[in-house]
Amino acid sequence: MERSAEQPKTRSGPIEEVEQVVIRFAGDSGDGMQLTGSQFTHTSAVIGNDISTLPDYPAEIRAPAGSLPGVSSFQIHFGSTDVQTPGDQPDVLVAMNPAALKVHLPDLPRNARVLVNTDAFTPQNLKKALYESNPLEDGSLADFQVVKIPITTLNAQALKESALPKKQTDRCKNFWALGLLYWLYDRPLEPTLDWIRGQFAGKAELAEANATALKAGFVYGEVGEVFTTHYKVRKASIEPGLYRKVSGNEALVLGCVAASLLADTPLLYASYPITPASDVLHGLARYKHLGVRTVQSEDEIAAMGIALGAAFAGHLGVTGTSGPGLALKGEMLGLAVMTELPVVVLDIQRAGPSTGLPTKTEQSDLLLGLFGRSGDSPVVVLAPATPADCFAIVIEAFRIAVKYMVPVVVLSDGYLGNGAEPWKLPRAADLPKIDVRHPNEPKGFMPYLRDPRTLARPWAVPGTPGFEHRIGGIEKADKSGNVNYDPANHQRMTELRLRKVEGIAGDIPEAAVEGPSQGDLLLLTWGSTYGAVSQAAKKARAMGRSVGHVHLRYLNPFPKNLGDVLRGYEKVLVPENNTGQLRFLIRSRYLIDAFGMNKVAGQPFKIREVLAKIEEFI
Amino acid sequence: MSEERSAALSRKDFVSDQEVRWCPGCGDYSILAQTQKVLPSIGIPREKYVFVSGIGCSSRFPYYMNTYGFHTIHGRAPTVATGIKTANPDLSVWIATGDGDGLSIGGNHLLHTIRRNLGVKILLFNNRIYGLTKGQYSPTSGLGKRTRSSPMGSVDYPVHPCCFALAADGTFVARTIDSDTKHLAMVLERAARHEGTAFVEIYQNCVIFNDGAFDSVEKGDDRAVHLVDGEPIVFGANREKGIRRKDGALEVVTLGNGVGEEDLLVHREDEPDPGIAFHLARMDAPSFPVALGVLRSVRRPTYEEMVEEQIRRAREEKGPVDLDALLRGGECWEIK
Ligand SMILES: Cc1ncc(C[n+]2csc(CCOP(=O)(O)OP(=O)(O)O)c2C)c(N)n1
Ligand code: SF4
Repeated sequence: MERSAEQPKTRSGPIEEVEQVVIRFAGDSGDGMQLTGSQFTHTSAVIGNDISTLPDYPAEIRAPAGSLPGVSSFQIHFGSTDVQTPGDQPDVLVAMNPAALKVHLPDLPRNARVLVNTDAFTPQNLKKALYESNPLEDGSLADFQVVKIPITTLNAQALKESALPKKQTDRCKNFWALGLLYWLYDRPLEPTLDWIRGQFAGKAELAEANATALKAGFVYGEVGEVFTTHYKVRKASIEPGLYRKVSGNEALVLGCVAASLLADTPLLYASYPITPASDVLHGLARYKHLGVRTVQSEDEIAAMGIALGAAFAGHLGVTGTSGPGLALKGEMLGLAVMTELPVVVLDIQRAGPSTGLPTKTEQSDLLLGLFGRSGDSPVVVLAPATPADCFAIVIEAFRIAVKYMVPVVVLSDGYLGNGAEPWKLPRAADLPKIDVRHPNEPKGFMPYLRDPRTLARPWAVPGTPGFEHRIGGIEKADKSGNVNYDPANHQRMTELRLRKVEGIAGDIPEAAVEGPSQGDLLLLTWGSTYGAVSQAAKKARAMGRSVGHVHLRYLNPFPKNLGDVLRGYEKVLVPENNTGQLRFLIRSRYLIDAFGMNKVAGQPFKIREVLAKIEEFI
Repeated sequence: MSEERSAALSRKDFVSDQEVRWCPGCGDYSILAQTQKVLPSIGIPREKYVFVSGIGCSSRFPYYMNTYGFHTIHGRAPTVATGIKTANPDLSVWIATGDGDGLSIGGNHLLHTIRRNLGVKILLFNNRIYGLTKGQYSPTSGLGKRTRSSPMGSVDYPVHPCCFALAADGTFVARTIDSDTKHLAMVLERAARHEGTAFVEIYQNCVIFNDGAFDSVEKGDDRAVHLVDGEPIVFGANREKGIRRKDGALEVVTLGNGVGEEDLLVHREDEPDPGIAFHLARMDAPSFPVALGVLRSVRRPTYEEMVEEQIRRAREEKGPVDLDALLRGGECWEIK
């Protein structure tokens, strides 16, 4: 559905204009906070704000209701100016119960607005949240602007006409809260009403109840006299065009499908469910009408084997997983290196070794992606910078894989995968076609006879007469591809595989600097730290600091000019959500004394944190 | 055109230019020779064959077949084969695997390939030993087997490959032996023509590390029974013995003295319940002969058929979509 951005109608009461707002919705996992957050996001996008979001939910599917581990939250940052991160600190916390208040209070700045559902502050819930006294009464919230609203009661009153059982009408209270925030930030109800209509098509009573709750919350803002002011956040000056909201995982899905269309080659995606990568499997399973085959395999090893088999059979073979699964794929990825087949591996990184923190973000699989295999085993490694960039990066991954006959690892992460941003839709005609070549002259065919320019071997596909050949994991003789144990041949083949990947540096963009191309400090980043670091660097420059920023989307090979760029600065700082993996590479590769800024808290960087670090370094 | 090519195919067409490097006398030679002999008669053009293998002596198989081939990694051949067959159901995909490869490191993949009824042929070369790594006991070695890694005898109970395949609801499960080339060829041909997973256990002699493992099956006339579909199960040098069902189990009976062939179990490959096939697969010395032949053969939609059917239906229901329409598939808004 397309709609054009309409300006919200002006409402009664004084209205104050603000540039940017960060709201965090928090409640029990059953309270529908993710939905509330994503509706707020959508509406804000539709009316032309720039946005960025951060969902944060428990690893347990059903943690006990009202308990601290059961708290689910969704943070949205929207504004009339450039928004690149979900925001450092919430201006507003919506706490649907005591547990939500307790978990999120430490993140709030002084004077933040805290909206609580007083109905949920029962002795029982307070106990579940391990409160000894009621924070609404004991003065412990004195630093904040607390707004107490009996949301459950007000919602029930609004829905007393509904024929639905009370349990169901109670579940509409998130829409009531959403309605109130729509009033507070001057947003239209229509996009959400449209959504409700679509979502509950055929369930008129449910649709009615949710819509009524939404409107009731809104009206309460208008007449309830709880707020003296409401706020307006103007449209951002966003490039004209057609937009949609997209999360990193959605963008990966669309990127895979687009790559298949651009290459005019069917796509096969194999995966074993794992958080936070499962959405990619769910997403692609819905594109069967475009010839997309999805296989839910028995494990990650199988998924990698299936993708590789599909690549051998002439499809775009792709698999997706998260850290522990990438570890399992290692041996098969080594086989992909040896057989030089174009296969793409998506790793939606999560925190920690082993099972780690399944729902939290980190970018600590860089070295695993680069080196996590036996032998000298070069692969191409790419990383998207933002949720929408996942689309472009996956197309680029397939372009490189197919052109050079090489496996490509794409390192996304939980923060990009679940986070969303507005995405200006590209036009199909502007996207690069992926040039797929299969040999058609059997005479003189040899499976490892390389294209002298790219060093790619031919992609001869089973079923094609005249090209019958055998490949496998044992070292290949140069050109013929026969099994070969000759020492000199192994030396040559190892070097060829390496040179092929290194050569791709000539086919990718050079590193571009944001800010001065020489100066006191260079910030070097990759992956999802882009937004926070880029904003921090901008702020630092605005304060007169000489700070450049280079963001890497290509991690192997690095852009050709990277060494020269790095040497243009007094100091190099590498902020990463790991303990220093890129820094390790930069130091060893360029012999530069790079410093680290390393956060492994399962949370992305805050602009403020980076800014403080910059100050420390200059 | 390809049909014409295939019509003219002979054994030689399936022999690759690679030198075969198994130990002289290894049972693998016979399996290779029979496969090369059978394939020309199936009517599938050579370029449509893909041989996929894991790691082990037997897994060198693809190099010797002049078809498409993929020598993968230890235990994982079924995964690569799944990718190939799902991408292109038109191909005839064969997996060559060993008892260690298929049932130890690759047991999980084997299980799932069979239960999905993926249309591939699985040739499990069972020599009850690890050949390539020089003679350790394998998951099919008997309890007490003395090897380099079990000097006091193995304390692992063995797995019966055909029972494993039947438990996974295999639609085609057969057992044969390298030394009986006619029987081997017959089973391979049946497997080649089966739609769905064809699982074939081949007793294969490793002359170096487990020589004579199947001597008893080969030598004593009452050590093996050849199953024939629709016929009572008889065996022995003079066909004087048979298998009868009793109280839900099987027993060996001697014919005569009031026991006739009509009392014997009649073998039915397409019995929907795999229970009897399971009992037959478990038969072993000393109380029973070993069953050779097709234990089970039933038709059921294959994995790739169902995948293709869903794609066809989705295309019918949702119609063609171009890239622009795809990208605009979500809720969009326009910024002017
Ligand atoms: C990951 C891995 N682990 C171990 C090995 C070593 N390995 C190679 S073949 C083999 C056993 C093969 O035995 P089997 O499958 O019975 O085949 P055979 O050689 O007897 O034909 C082992 C353990 C390997 N190649 N890869
Ligand atoms: S070791 Fe055994 S299985 Fe391997 S080639 Fe020699 S005889 Fe055959």
